[in-house]
Formats: sequence, structure tokens, C-alpha cells
Amino acid sequence: MTTKPNWRGMTRRQLIARSFAAGTTLIVGAGFVAAPNAAWAYEAAALKPETLATLIRMARDIYPHDHIGDAFYVTAVKGYDTAEAAAEIEAGIAALNAAAQGAGHASYLDAAWEDDRVALLRGMEKSAFFQKIRGGLVTGLYNQKELWPLFGYEGESFSQGGYIDRGFDDIDWL
Amino acid sequence: MVAKFDLNDDSVVLIIGTGAGGGVLANELAQKGVKVVALEAGGRYLPEDYINDEWDAFGQLSWLDARTTSGDWRVAQDFSGLPAWIVKAVGGTTIHWAGASLRFRPHEWKARTTYGHVAGANLLDWPIDAEEMAPWYEKAEAKLGVTRTGNFPGLPGNNNYKVLEKGALALGYKEVSTGRMAINSIENDDRPACQQTGFCFQGCKWGAKWSAGYTDIPKGEATGNLEVRSNAQVLRIEHDDKGRVTGALYADREGNQHFQKARVVCVAGNSIESPRLLLNSASEMFPDGLANSSGQVGRNYMRHVTGSVYGVFEKPVRMWRGTTMAGIVQDEARFDPSRGFVGGYELETLSLGLPFMAAFLDPGGWGRGFTSAMDDYERMAGMWIVGEDMPQETNRITLSSTVKDQYGLPAPNVHFDDHPNDIAMRSHAYRQGEAIYRAAGATRTFPTPPYPSTHNLGTNRMSEHARDGVVNRHGQTHDIANLFISDGSQFTTGAAENPTLTIVALAIRQADHIAAELSRQNL
Repeated sequence: MTTKPNWRGMTRRQLIARSFAAGTTLIVGAGFVAAPNAAWAYEAAALKPETLATLIRMARDIYPHDHIGDAFYVTAVKGYDTAEAAAEIEAGIAALNAAAQGAGHASYLDAAWEDDRVALLRGMEKSAFFQKIRGGLVTGLYNQKELWPLFGYEGESFSQGGYIDRGFDDIDWL
Repeated sequence: MVAKFDLNDDSVVLIIGTGAGGGVLANELAQKGVKVVALEAGGRYLPEDYINDEWDAFGQLSWLDARTTSGDWRVAQDFSGLPAWIVKAVGGTTIHWAGASLRFRPHEWKARTTYGHVAGANLLDWPIDAEEMAPWYEKAEAKLGVTRTGNFPGLPGNNNYKVLEKGALALGYKEVSTGRMAINSIENDDRPACQQTGFCFQGCKWGAKWSAGYTDIPKGEATGNLEVRSNAQVLRIEHDDKGRVTGALYADREGNQHFQKARVVCVAGNSIESPRLLLNSASEMFPDGLANSSGQVGRNYMRHVTGSVYGVFEKPVRMWRGTTMAGIVQDEARFDPSRGFVGGYELETLSLGLPFMAAFLDPGGWGRGFTSAMDDYERMAGMWIVGEDMPQETNRITLSSTVKDQYGLPAPNVHFDDHPNDIAMRSHAYRQGEAIYRAAGATRTFPTPPYPSTHNLGTNRMSEHARDGVVNRHGQTHDIANLFISDGSQFTTGAAENPTLTIVALAIRQADHIAAELSRQNL
């Protein structure tokens, strides 16, 4: 996944011009999904780009952290972008979009407000598809080492001599 | 020189499992000149192999063979294939334990007499008591280097402990300290003092925490009387036509099967595998499994009343820094039925890293209620409840009728339903835990459901009479004189304390007994 500001030499304006879905949150183009500010882009391997974009949005709606960029959610779900998983994922996202249409939206991505999308997810939270995605995110999202500092977690400790000299008891506000 | 015994050497004592029970027993017998073969299903991992990463360490060390669950406990719903988080390796669960080393209280050896009849509970007094066990506890504490015993000072309190202490003292609790821990507060036993690293659950890379794999096991091996075979998973125990066990069939790393003869067999595979092995060793003479004339093999499975409380504060706590569990409030471990339950509980500091917090804070939870809690992580303090759960005959290990393990043997099913006493105790503990954190200034608190069980007890319990249990006061099975149980499955009742110190004390005592019986030609 590239994080260059000008992906494939395209500016943000050109990326948007080549998109055909996803509104304000994600750019969906021919064979790729990208951030609106072109901070990252991901080339789809087996899934339809719209499906990927929906999956990314779904992942954030399941575990929303406003201080965490989409790049982490992309990393969390890109493992489903394989020939083996494609049929199941496409079917699951199709069901999600059908539920969205039943609630009056053109698609899941087209439901602009989080509350509306979460309501759709609650309606299908007992489904095997939802549980698969949610369960996978527990490690797929939270076991990314690059994510940990954003929560303050410091990770591996032994190589740094433990915390005996690094503040194991430095609490000073009690 | 490390020992090597022949498969046909039927003069050896065969020990199955090398954890707190089997590992200590193996060393203690070896020190007394007894020849021992110890079969360990897992591999050998030492401090240089441990990983300061929760999921990587989980994959490296955990017992992950097929298991199933049933009953109304939430673990069966959230972690249906993982009833217990225990270790498959030389040293067993002493690799990942937190080190809490508490003695039973005197009344806890006599739960039936003390608590009286409790409907639905299979309470029974242990056939031993505090007075008998005191000298063995002393030896165990010395072996483990337990802080606040002998000359070992208490560990210093980390941030997580300081929060607990502030709240607990404010509520009026008196028995608040960094506890009795099998973690070196000073250099001891050629192992360094604790460096407050925070990955106690992933194996102590300093060796500051006592763990059988790098203490008793190598000491036993150094005598020349102990041979440990790792990656040797026992499948079945065999017996002769007189009903005496003759040895065990095991599979090696390549899956080839071998039979090790033995004079005595000691089973120490923790409380799910030990009864499972006895049940899987059923024969024409013993159709209900070995040593099961009482029908109690596998029954009375206990896992302690557990659960956690996490508190969120206005400023950072960074609870992951330092020891995972050196902190305790002991006042509630007393017997006081005016609280609405019998038995008591300890409250101990606990920290999980961010990855495990995501998995265990609220299994199945999602959405902003969950993520706002995760966003609070840096400002969280945590504690764990350890309380005495009621033995119930219907809480039990049985052989699955549908699932088989990698050797084609029936996998174990762990059935557990909470007893009303367990529920009442847990509710009380959640409220007290929350009160402690609020007294320290918490703005938000969460009760967390019990994790996959790290304390697993009672499934081959000790009893005075053969009709009530599986083993006698020495851990010798009532039915088969040369078959012993040497792990926590011996526990008649669970008490409110973490079990390892008691398992070690029983193993030291059992070694004394077995060695004496061998020399008297009684075994």
C-alpha cells in the first residue's frame, strides 16, 4: 500500500476525477481505493473496489476510533482481499447493501451518518458475516504495532531493561 | 550428565506433565535419588525464547489442542474452543503464571464443616489441614523465593498498585500490599531481581519469576536421576491384570508411539488433561476410566470465581508498566456469610496489554461503548477477582462424543454452570472493585467477565473416603496403589487463593511420601 501524496503521479483532484463512488470519505476508482487526501491508496487484488471501500467503512463503524486514520482499518481488512475469501466477502457486503437499501439508502456507503450505518450493523450483528469481520478486527486492528503508540501502549519492554528505570511507579497525581 | 532411561526400565517413577506439580515432584524425587522419567507434551522454552508480545507468546506457549465447552458460563459462548488459558511446555503453566503465592487459610481446608451444607454444591473437607501443611508451605515458599516470607522483602508497588492501594485504604481495607509473589525482590537462586518489565504472562525473560522450567527441572536433571522427554504427549496409561499401572503410551514429536514402563505413575497434566487421561485409559477392568470407582474423575471442576474490574482515571496510569499482579487486597477472603455467600475472594492487580484488552475487556462488544473504553487505555487501572467457587458434580470434564484430537482420541469437554453462591460472590466483588477505583478517583469503571480459566482445579479430588473422591491424603488414587495425581486436580475445594503455592507444597510432600514408600517396598 503506497502512502505517497501523489499516487501513480496523480494529484488529489485527478484521483477524485477518476473516482465513481464513495462520496466524501473514500475514493473508489478502477481497481483501487484511496484516501480523499491521497494519503494512502490500496490496489484491489480480488475484491471489487466498492466492496473494499464498504468493508473499510464497516470496520471503522464496528470499532470507531476518531483519532485513528483509515490506513489502519485498511490494513485490518486487506487480508480478505483474496480469491479464497472473495465470494464470502462479496456476498456479505451485498447483504449489507441490501439492508441499507431496505432502509432507504442507495448503499451502505451512501448512508452518510454513522448512527444510520450502526443501526444497519446492529440488525445483522448475529450473522456469520458480521461476526467474522468483527472477530477478525480484534487482532487485525488492535494487534498492529504501529497502532499501539496512538493509545499510549508501549509494547515490548525487555530489550529496554524493563520499566524499573523507565517509570514503573512514576504516577504523581494520586 | 543428563539421565537417559530405557523404555523397558520398569523401576522408574513416571511423571506426566512438568508444571507446578509434575516439575517440582520430578526434581524433589531426583534429589532423593529416585529415578524419574518425566514426559512433557510441550516443547522446552527458556527465557531467551520468551516473547514480549501477547499474541505471539500466546501462540508459542498455550495449550491449543482441541477442546469443547458447555454450560451457562460465558466462556462457552465467547471462547467456545478455549475453556482454559494454560501452557503446553516444559514447566507448564508456571511459565505464564503471575507469581501470586498465597497459603490457604485454615478454615479453607474444611469448607464443608465451615460453610455447612450448600444446596447444589458438592462440598467436602480436605483430609489434611493447615497444621499438617504448614511445614510444606514453608519449604514451598523458600523454593519459590516468595516475597514477604523468610528474608525476601516485598516488591515495590507499580502505578497500577498505587491506584489500588489509594482506593482500598480510602474504603477502609487493611490488608493491602504488593503481596506474596514468587518473583525475586532481591537476587536469589542465581536469578536476578525483578526489572518491572510487565510481561509476566508471557514468560519472565529475566528469570526473576520462579518457573519450574528453569529452576526445578534443570536442578533435577543435574542430579543424573531425572530424564525429561519433551514433545512427548501421553495417550494412555496401561495396567496389568492385577489392576496396577505398568506405564504409559506416548507419542513423540514425529507422532511415533512408545511405551515407557514404570513402577509408579504420577499424573500432573493440569485439571483438564489429567482426568481426560484417566478416562481415555478405560479398559475392560476399568470401564469408567482408571481410578474412577467413585465416579468423581473429571467432576467437581472448579475455576475460581473470577472477573476483572477496570477503572478509568483523568490522568495516565500506564498500568502495563511493571509486574502484572504484585498487588492485593485480602480483607474479603474471610469467611463472612453476612455478605450473602460462603467463601471469600482476593482482589489482585492485573494488567493486560492493548491487544489482549481488545479481546477480553468485553468479548463480542463493539461500537462506541467499546471503543471509548479502549481510548481510555492509558488511563486505566485493573484488578482481578479470585474467589472460592463451589464444587458441583455436574461441572466436569468428559470425553467429547464428536471431537477428536490430533491423535484420534476423544477431546475433552469442559462443562461449567455458575452456582448461585458464585454469582453472589462475583456481584459483591464487582461492586467492591468499582468502589475501590471510585475512591481513588475513577470516572468510569467496567466489570469484565471471567477470562478463559487460568486456575483449573478439583477434577481428581482428594477425599478421606474412596466413595467421595479420587485420591487419598497423599494424592495416591484410592483404587490403584501405584497411580498418583500430582497437580491441582487433587484440590478438594478451591479456597480463595491462587493455587500454585499449594500445588508446589503438595508436590514436595508427595515426593517425601513416594520416596519413603519406595524404600519401604510399599510401591
